[in-house]
Amino acid sequence: MHGTRILDEADRLMTVCNSCRYCEGLCAVFPAMEMRRSFSDGDLNYLANLCHSCGACYVDCQFSPPHEFNVNVPKTLAIARAESYAAYAWPGALSGAFARNGLVISIVAALSMAAFILGFAALNDRSVLFGVHTGPGAFYKLMPHNAMAALFSAAFLYAVLALVMSVRAFWRDIGTPIGGRPDGGSIFQAIRDAGELRYLHGGGVGCYNEDDKPTDRRKFYHHLTFYGFLLCFAATSVATLYHYLLAREAPYPWWDLPVVLGTLGGIGLIIGPVGLFLAKMKRDPALLDEFSYGMDVGFIAMLFLTGLTGMALLVLRETAAMGPLLALHLGAVFALFITMPYGKFVHGIYRFAALVRYAQERRTAA
Amino acid sequence: MSSKYDVLVIGGGNAALCAAISARRGGASVLVLEGAPKFYRGGNTRHTRNMRCAHDAATEILTGPYTEEEFWEDLLRVTGGQTDEVLARHMIRESKDILNWIVEQGVRWQPSLGGTLSLGRTNSFFLGGGRAMLNALYLTAERLGVDVEYDAEVTDLVIEDGMFLAARLKRPIRGETEIRATSLVAAAGGFEANIEWLKQYWGEAADNFLIRGTPYNRGSILKMLLDKGVQEVGDPTQCHAVAIDARAPKFDGGIITRHDSVVFGIVVNKQAQRFYDEGEDIWPKRYAIWGRLVAAQPDQIAYIIFDSSVVTSFMPTLFPPIAGQTIAELAGKLELDPAALEKTITEFNAAVRPGTFDHTILDDCVTEGISPPKTHWARKIEAAPYLAYPVRPGITFTYLGTRVNKEARMQMADGRPSANMFAAGEIMAGNVLGKGYAAGMGMTIGSVFGRIAGREAAKHARN
Repeated sequence: MHGTRILDEADRLMTVCNSCRYCEGLCAVFPAMEMRRSFSDGDLNYLANLCHSCGACYVDCQFSPPHEFNVNVPKTLAIARAESYAAYAWPGALSGAFARNGLVISIVAALSMAAFILGFAALNDRSVLFGVHTGPGAFYKLMPHNAMAALFSAAFLYAVLALVMSVRAFWRDIGTPIGGRPDGGSIFQAIRDAGELRYLHGGGVGCYNEDDKPTDRRKFYHHLTFYGFLLCFAATSVATLYHYLLAREAPYPWWDLPVVLGTLGGIGLIIGPVGLFLAKMKRDPALLDEFSYGMDVGFIAMLFLTGLTGMALLVLRETAAMGPLLALHLGAVFALFITMPYGKFVHGIYRFAALVRYAQERRTAA
Repeated sequence: MSSKYDVLVIGGGNAALCAAISARRGGASVLVLEGAPKFYRGGNTRHTRNMRCAHDAATEILTGPYTEEEFWEDLLRVTGGQTDEVLARHMIRESKDILNWIVEQGVRWQPSLGGTLSLGRTNSFFLGGGRAMLNALYLTAERLGVDVEYDAEVTDLVIEDGMFLAARLKRPIRGETEIRATSLVAAAGGFEANIEWLKQYWGEAADNFLIRGTPYNRGSILKMLLDKGVQEVGDPTQCHAVAIDARAPKFDGGIITRHDSVVFGIVVNKQAQRFYDEGEDIWPKRYAIWGRLVAAQPDQIAYIIFDSSVVTSFMPTLFPPIAGQTIAELAGKLELDPAALEKTITEFNAAVRPGTFDHTILDDCVTEGISPPKTHWARKIEAAPYLAYPVRPGITFTYLGTRVNKEARMQMADGRPSANMFAAGEIMAGNVLGKGYAAGMGMTIGSVFGRIAGREAAKHARN
């Protein structure tokens, strides 16, 4: 018996699946399962995070509901996955509330931050807020660069610290021997598997979302979102280097590297999350963990808002709307950062750790 | 939905869908009537995982060649010669092309699954298993314009002088109707889920049989055809039956209730007596005899007894083994006579000769001086806790069927071929399988004869 009802159910299913094994060609979950004869909490959390929710094993399973064996691996592992985020979150007290109210918390955080920045600017000089600013340093009329950098560095570093603490706890739980270190080859393999979403394709047939036809496009939208996010992150990093190393201040012209990266990334961050959100709306309820709806949609919304406000800022940065848009954009980014360790963002971190573990297991077994 | 089709296919499994696709590709309009609801569509196909096809060279997923001749020899061996050589050789020849044809219909292969290495050369496994294979066939059939009806129970066939005219159908909502078609393909399986029918041959013992597939395999189409003058083939008591866990559900437990631990221990009946050589041959080759062996024991129950030293030697099981710290304690839990079980195990242990254990070959671990002997893999049962799986006969499918020729055309009792009736799959498996079984052959029979039946049915309809 495990700590939770969902882990008991996951254990029951893995026992059923381990005596069948028809799905072993579909993804990494089933080969990893076959390396075990019994399942600890850590094993089940590992398998849950290895699952990419492609849905193929549900459609292919002869024992899925209404069969009396009631085998529903995608849904069970989705719930277990969401609960594992809470179980490993640091500090633990912040996790549960977020899982239930992720969307509300994210939006409140974004708006509060935007209001704070607006207020901050308005207190200084109202004409600055609604003024038209152009040329280098225009953004910093609203908020001094150092204040902005300090605020966002603090938020970012907090997110990194909380994520590191969380993934450490996860890694210790899924690893044998406990505390074993990942090797370079396994990390490289996991980067490839995660980068191409190798296990989000139903073993080659495709993924399932709304029905029993492999017509799902989530992989495409996830790529737009993920690489969009990376491009935006790269844009910010390059801009920071420009600022400190080359003493070149934002905003930059449209052809300059930070803007090009940010524009491409921003497009991805607008289209990708919309596609993922619509797919979630259409998803067969049989496959869905409806309890983590708030967390999932909160993350999608923050990514979308980051992309949308960023693009709006780019287009309207030479108008009077720049001040309020910059405040909104910074609010969205701030909320994205501080909710990262407790929201859907962690799925990428835990899944990556699980893929590293899987690559390690495969190497050991080979 | 038009009321007259070129080809009517009754059944919804591998054979039926191969027939429907092949008829549709041959230019015919096709209706498939599946008696089960959509989830349970496909009869036993939903529980299958591979197909045995001849091939002259290794492929991406098959580790080596498996020639027509070798396939034929395997068939000859498992059936003890009870097969129709012309038909069987024809099937084996056609099976080579099925490896490619079935992929063209959307089915995907994968290498043999964990725990099935012994089949890696001969059998091609379906990616995602039999239901995935079925899903692919249905998607293809629907894309090609084949009509499919579920919950479509055929109540009667109108057959005149060996000529199919129409099928009477009871729909759950729209009531009785009649569907006419130019050709019929019967691919509706055997009668394994029809306990009353099984009782005709097995008596009350059939009440203790577990049925591995859906409750919809009742053999009603087979019965109608035989009643209306189609020639019967096969021994009605012959079937594919394996020993499955006695705790399995009555129907549709599928593959996960099976046990492959027989070779690692002994098997006793309810009198705690051994009754067959557990080490006769490499397990997969003898897998399918144990259902009949258990069926012949009192109350159709037996117990695989082993000890804790071998628990990781076989695949993990759905149901955990029943355990006892002593043999007497285990006997108590199994409701066997403790003294009798202790005596059986003591005598068995005393008869075990030293040898080098290797479950992958026919090793030299044997017993001496007991009957029946255990001729390979015999090791003492002495490491507590002692463990057991209760097993019952699990019936996969029956062999009684309709006689067909190489065109999959049904033969009438008077010896003449039917004008427009074809059969494929388990409903005609008895033509090839007089008795015995080799893994994956049911699917070979289904795909090969399904494809042929569809092609011939379309040809007849278009002439």
